[in-house]
Amino acid sequence: MSIAYTSEEMMTVAAARMLSNGAVCFVGIGLPSTAANLARLTHAPDAVLVYESGPIGAKPPVLPLSIGDGNLAETADTVVSTPEIFRYWLQGGRIDVGFLGAAQLDRFANINTTVVGSYKNPKVRLPGAGGAPEISSSAKEVLIIVKQTKRTFVEKLDFVTSVGFLSGGNSRESAGLPGNGPAAVITDLCILRPHPVSRELEVTSVHPGVNRESILKSTGWDLRFAEGCGETAEPNSLELETLRDLKERTAAAHGVEGDAA
Amino acid sequence: MAEWVTLAEAIAANVHDGATVALEGFTHLIPFAAGHEIIRQQRRHLSLIRMTPDLIYDQLIGAGCAAKLTFSWGGNPGVGSLHRFRDAVENSWPRPLEIEERSHSDLANAYVAGAANLPFAVLRGYAGSDLPRVNDKIRSVTCPFTGEVLAATPSVRPDVTVIHAQKADWKGNVLLWGILGVQKEAALAAKRAIVTVEERVRELNAPPNACILPSWVVTAVCEVPRGATPSYAHGYYDRDNVFYRAWDHISRDRDCFNAWIKENILETEDFAEYLQAVSQ
Repeated sequence: MSIAYTSEEMMTVAAARMLSNGAVCFVGIGLPSTAANLARLTHAPDAVLVYESGPIGAKPPVLPLSIGDGNLAETADTVVSTPEIFRYWLQGGRIDVGFLGAAQLDRFANINTTVVGSYKNPKVRLPGAGGAPEISSSAKEVLIIVKQTKRTFVEKLDFVTSVGFLSGGNSRESAGLPGNGPAAVITDLCILRPHPVSRELEVTSVHPGVNRESILKSTGWDLRFAEGCGETAEPNSLELETLRDLKERTAAAHGVEGDAA
Repeated sequence: MAEWVTLAEAIAANVHDGATVALEGFTHLIPFAAGHEIIRQQRRHLSLIRMTPDLIYDQLIGAGCAAKLTFSWGGNPGVGSLHRFRDAVENSWPRPLEIEERSHSDLANAYVAGAANLPFAVLRGYAGSDLPRVNDKIRSVTCPFTGEVLAATPSVRPDVTVIHAQKADWKGNVLLWGILGVQKEAALAAKRAIVTVEERVRELNAPPNACILPSWVVTAVCEVPRGATPSYAHGYYDRDNVFYRAWDHISRDRDCFNAWIKENILETEDFAEYLQAVSQ
């Protein structure tokens, strides 16, 4: 008995499933925050959500629109300063999972959020690094959630803001990065994981109704499919209802909040 | 000892052309009223520092106040691009903007180093990133005990830091709570600190360990109710999410932006008048 769902819902649900119960997760705003909160409201009630603005153990009733919304502070186990978040909690080695988005990504899951075009004369100036360079290096593992298109999945990044596996193989370990790097990239089409030796991303699970050709067409490099690549389980009714409910509550709250201010 | 003055007096006395200025507030307690007053007094050639240059710096940059920006994430949170920031970087409008780009972790550490009167910050960061390639101030230092190579970056020492807080007492002791960001470190790293507050109270009645800036580390304190609007002040008012979305439209076009700045900031007397103007 399956319910109709969108590719974005599939992506969010697939990403949420990756977060295990009890994991301490450093959450970026947007898609990562949606997925992490969906996990918390379904199979991972004890996941600890950490936001770079300072809340630790946030349990927001609706999705925050910014990284420092008041509901994060109100529902957190504790709120610390931003320097403390980065120094004691992230660099201190207390983060299990860093949950990131990306503007551009390459075959070794390196991320660009800085510029499209040259740095000095950018075609598009993107927001920049934020917390990502140190999240991607210090979290024990990293999950990346991003829509898959030829513009985002590129052969060569215009700028490496935050590193995945650098040039592959053991280059990440050699660079002395403390965390293990990206464990998975979750898109609206499939799930990719790094090959255990080459560290190149390969498709390990295709979302239902997506064919391999469309995945290749949405990728700027000669993407490989892993041996034994399977199909992602469809979102179940609990996952979908929880996600839709959360999004509805969020829209209502932010609309009202905005009108009242 | 902090002096209770009007915001116009505080900016006139402490924020000079060419100064290095940090306006901090991590989504919460962003000192919008003070930013507006800097625009109103038409300060120029400022070297601005801020971890998250959002709407407030978009306004300062578009209004021509800035020559340089040191930052780590420049966007409209939950909405998208900062159009005035992008126009300055991509097209040098209204004037060229030099950028010094770092990461959140770096800038947070650099404020801590500044507050601690140290010349540089040390962090485990930037390995493999292209940022050190475009910012020659991101260097490295070798630990004398373990031999580990760590990132070293200059501490942040603004001429003036401006923050917004919930309360100050009659002596000028300042209390803030909720999401604290880097405000305490930014204030202590600066030569002078201006604090705008929601209200002036007889007693702070704060518990021990509360985040308090004692009067004697604050230069000027100003009572500016709703002074963090359209961001929020925990316990006072919510974030005006509608304005953040509206800003995307206002700021997209140069003429539309100029008209908005003129009508709402340059032609208003103070923040109270601004609030009236935008509510109409």
